[in-house]
Amino acid sequence: MKRFEPFAIALFAALLAVAPLFLNTYQVDVLNSIGLYALLALSLNLILGEAGLFNMGHAAFYAIGAYTAAILNTRYQVPILWTLPLSGLIAGLFALAVARPVVHLRGDYLLIVTIGVGEIVRIALVNDVFGLTGGANGIFGISRPKLFGFVIRQPQEFYYLIWGFVALTIFLFLRIKRSRFGRALNYLREDEVAAEGSGINTDYYKLAAFGLGAAWAGMAGTLFAAKMTIISPESFSFWESVVLFMIVILGGAGSIAGILLAAFLVIGLPELFREFAGARMLVFGLVMMVMMVVRPQGLLPARGR
Amino acid sequence: MVNLLSLQHLTKTFGGLTAVKDVSFTVEKGAIVGLIGPNGAGKTTVFNLITGNYQPDRGQITFADTPLNGLRTHRIIMRGIARTFQNIRLFQQLTALENVLAGCHYRMRSGIVATMLRLPAQRREEQQAVERAQQELAFVGLNSHALTVAKNLSYGDQRRLEIARALATEPRLLILDEPAGGMNEQETEGLIGLIGRIQQRGVTILLIEHDMRLVMRVCEKLVVLEHGGKIAEGSPDQARSNPQVIEAYLGVEDEP
Repeated sequence: MKRFEPFAIALFAALLAVAPLFLNTYQVDVLNSIGLYALLALSLNLILGEAGLFNMGHAAFYAIGAYTAAILNTRYQVPILWTLPLSGLIAGLFALAVARPVVHLRGDYLLIVTIGVGEIVRIALVNDVFGLTGGANGIFGISRPKLFGFVIRQPQEFYYLIWGFVALTIFLFLRIKRSRFGRALNYLREDEVAAEGSGINTDYYKLAAFGLGAAWAGMAGTLFAAKMTIISPESFSFWESVVLFMIVILGGAGSIAGILLAAFLVIGLPELFREFAGARMLVFGLVMMVMMVVRPQGLLPARGR
Repeated sequence: MVNLLSLQHLTKTFGGLTAVKDVSFTVEKGAIVGLIGPNGAGKTTVFNLITGNYQPDRGQITFADTPLNGLRTHRIIMRGIARTFQNIRLFQQLTALENVLAGCHYRMRSGIVATMLRLPAQRREEQQAVERAQQELAFVGLNSHALTVAKNLSYGDQRRLEIARALATEPRLLILDEPAGGMNEQETEGLIGLIGRIQQRGVTILLIEHDMRLVMRVCEKLVVLEHGGKIAEGSPDQARSNPQVIEAYLGVEDEP
């Protein structure tokens, strides 16, 4: 199996690279959605999969990134792609601020707090907080992104922007995984007391996981705002956080390949079965239940599990 | 002799229970000291107080002439104290090598940005840490198991891996909580040799152990606890002939 891994990865990357040439606009748009969810799930994976911190409010960080980009772009005419680092920074700082008082909570308690954070952010957006977010209608008129003088408009063009960012993310996250930083997150997940007892500042790394994961979600938010040109609070509901949580657990916490596969299944499959409209969520729920019973470690678990 | 660690009048209560009551003793530099006593005597609580897992209600802990009170655990580890746990606490899903690398962690510097850019300094540091971890694995005799996932190691190997992880922090004082627990006779023999070699490296050792043969063979000094209080301190022979210790372990003697 291991021997074929590089070929499988190369084949998958090549397929993705040429996919828009053979697909219609709707299909490419679905792939764009999958790419955004993959990006978000990879960022959540740092917190949930690598560090083992239960976060079911990830949509909040996504929203803050998207709104930061939208506000900077529509009010101050900052080109949308330029807002990328700032959206990441603001989402990351927000995560540090909300996580600081609660990271010592364990498991389910942290989960409940993060659900609360997600809801607070969503409701604040609906209530037009600071008069900046446009209330329930959201913000529209976000300008198209421009890359080296080339304006990105078509789904086919966004496809390469989004999946290019996914590729960069995987590249960087693989480096993190095989480093002192990535290992520290794993130590946290495996045994916090032993990690602290080996000289690791567990509070610092919990916050770092939240900060980095949220910053990446914030940048995904920028791409989302650029793609949609309209954003509103309903795009950042509790359900989004649940879906992301599901992708990470279903794919195999800590496994990048597993998360990509799960993003394809969770976001792609419901699109394939659109005809069954009403029944598809039912089937989906059943599949999830069966999965958790027969394969709780995820579809493609990280090694050693 | 110079004291590396000294505990003065330590007291710790949990609700109504006084787990540790006015305990004072010292650990001399380079020595192997045993902390013994019946189950529930408060030995592990003393360890948890030293490593900052608990804060004492009263009393002072001094390590290498500086007080440790109020420091967080990882800070205490960075000062040069390392420990193992009574009920093995390895990172079960990670390899032996990754487990030992945890001990190297705080001496490394590279942050997120250096990692993402894979700067030369970061790569060199990683490489050195892996070499360092391999040395510790070899030291405890696990070099052939570097890539074995911790949970797949035998019980005795898991105990030795915990020691390797602790040694990777380059401690001046190593605290072992029942290192021979669950080991067979042969493994215990190996452990006794390992403890000797750790001492030769210049590491001071404080250990809790129920295996009296091991305690009598390796320890130069014993501290005996019962019901949270210290009942004896001295050489193994002194402790063995102390009537209070005999009573604590065997009950009151019937024979005249």
